[in-house]
Amino acid sequence: MTDVHAGRIVVIGVGNEYRHDDGVAAAVLAELSAGGLAADRLALCDGEPTRLMELWEGADLAVVVDAVRTGPGEPGRIHLLAADSDHVLADPPADEGRAGGTHSLGLGHGVALAAVLDRLPRELRIVAVEGADFSVGEGLSRAVAEAVPRAAAEVRRAVDEHRPEAGRGACAF
Amino acid sequence: MTHRTERLLTVGALARVEGEGALHVSVRDGEVEDVRLRIYEPPRYFEALLRGRRYTEPPDLTSRICGICPVAYQMSACRAVEDACGVAVDGQLGKLRRLLYCGEWIESHTLHIYLLHAPDFLNLPDVLALARTDAALLQRGLRLKKAGNEIVEVLGGRAIHPVNVRVGGFHRLPTRDELDHLATVLVQARVDVEETLGWVAGFEFPSLTIRHEFLALTEPDRYAIESGTPTGAHVGPFDVAEFEQHVREHQVPHSTALHATLDGRPHLTGPLARWNLSGERLPAEVRALATEAGLGPRCDNPFRSILVRAVEVLWAVTEAQRIIEQYEPPSGPALPVPPRAGTGYGATEAPRGLLYHRYDVDEDGLVRHAVIVPPTAQNQTAIETDLRAFIQTRLHLDDAELTRQCERAIRTYDPCISCAAHFLTLAVDRG
Repeated sequence: MTDVHAGRIVVIGVGNEYRHDDGVAAAVLAELSAGGLAADRLALCDGEPTRLMELWEGADLAVVVDAVRTGPGEPGRIHLLAADSDHVLADPPADEGRAGGTHSLGLGHGVALAAVLDRLPRELRIVAVEGADFSVGEGLSRAVAEAVPRAAAEVRRAVDEHRPEAGRGACAF
Repeated sequence: MTHRTERLLTVGALARVEGEGALHVSVRDGEVEDVRLRIYEPPRYFEALLRGRRYTEPPDLTSRICGICPVAYQMSACRAVEDACGVAVDGQLGKLRRLLYCGEWIESHTLHIYLLHAPDFLNLPDVLALARTDAALLQRGLRLKKAGNEIVEVLGGRAIHPVNVRVGGFHRLPTRDELDHLATVLVQARVDVEETLGWVAGFEFPSLTIRHEFLALTEPDRYAIESGTPTGAHVGPFDVAEFEQHVREHQVPHSTALHATLDGRPHLTGPLARWNLSGERLPAEVRALATEAGLGPRCDNPFRSILVRAVEVLWAVTEAQRIIEQYEPPSGPALPVPPRAGTGYGATEAPRGLLYHRYDVDEDGLVRHAVIVPPTAQNQTAIETDLRAFIQTRLHLDDAELTRQCERAIRTYDPCISCAAHFLTLAVDRG
């Protein structure tokens, strides 16, 4: 049962720690969990759209941490994106599902689908970290590992802006 | 360096990268000369990762191979390790495992039916278009899928990457209140799945008849899922310890995934195989609704596999209801499983088909060797064979349309990209 209710804050990490830099979200969540965070739930997820919707449904704020592949890119660079009911993103590119596979439709599809079904959180922020190596295996590349504290700080900032009085809680995933 | 924007615009670049795949087609003089499905396969990596690990670790480690069917990996791993250690988990603990597995079948099949496969039959580009066309219909699918998620969350500890499964049983047993909640959820799920079956039964299915060998687990008196005997349609039943003698894996140059044959023939595992080998063991009420939906006693058209999946969701919902209704708490959450040197074999029915694990465990309880044969890897040769016939009659199409139709055809097999493949770059060499 998804423990998310109105007024709550959820932080969702999307990725796979067995695909090198795709595991950046897991590393960020581990850092947030160790340091404490005033969120109601931390969850690691594979990015499948319906799971995303279930995790953030009814939340006041959802912060999603994900890896991003760009080319040419700058591994470790962080992108901050936001979407809310007044600023819903355009449709995801037609080939997003192709890039993501027949199962994973991708975060873009998840956000777009949630918008159509009225299942977006009131506020959605995305912390995307550019990765370099998405092959099978454990461990982040150096630039991405160095970005983990900065990405965690961005999550904290988003949560603090939303709930400045809360301070650091003891939320674990 | 940090960039801040106000809108989410570049969503296509957000990575979901658990595998890569491509299809290469060669055509010479109007004949399809070669069809090669190129697949990357993470299980090979995990087989190496498991060496030297404690015998208790394979269920949790292998569950990370696939975000869609982690329970299948946990179940096959548990069975293999327990087999090596000479322990059989049955009784109420076995039934709880079956309940957990039903949850995964419900969520995995429903995901495929509604989000991935149905748009093909409705001439819609994707699920987003389906949501815009009929949001209420998709909400029904999401509600049904969530019922499966809730079962996995209660039994598995969490819906994603479940952590409550262990060799010998579970870390924690569900409470009666938790099961009562699931029973309530399943009442609506039963309504939703019957409507789903009726909806899917109205689709138009392209013609395609396949002649492969089928492979599925069977049991004498019930639909096999978390246990059973590997059974080939022609080969017949054989002991799971003989699996690697019958299902031979071999390297192919174009793929890092191993291909497989059953006694030398391409074979198919998954919903069609289960239906054809085990369908008569479904409860009468499920079989009656399947017949009403147009599913005969045998199904050789992969495009109709969506119908079989809907029937299997119906079965999983009713089976989950039955298990919850009859549940009596066992004396403890797990049986003791002390390590023992030996080799263990385990096979269960993942949503996509038979998933086999073998572990060699030494006297210190360390895994010395691991073999994992996922269903999608087994199906590759059969898929390529079917695609060859499928493409041959569609060579007049331009590359874009041919790609679309090939993707549709491949989706009917519900290949697990996390386990074996991502899609799809099509290269047609027309000579």
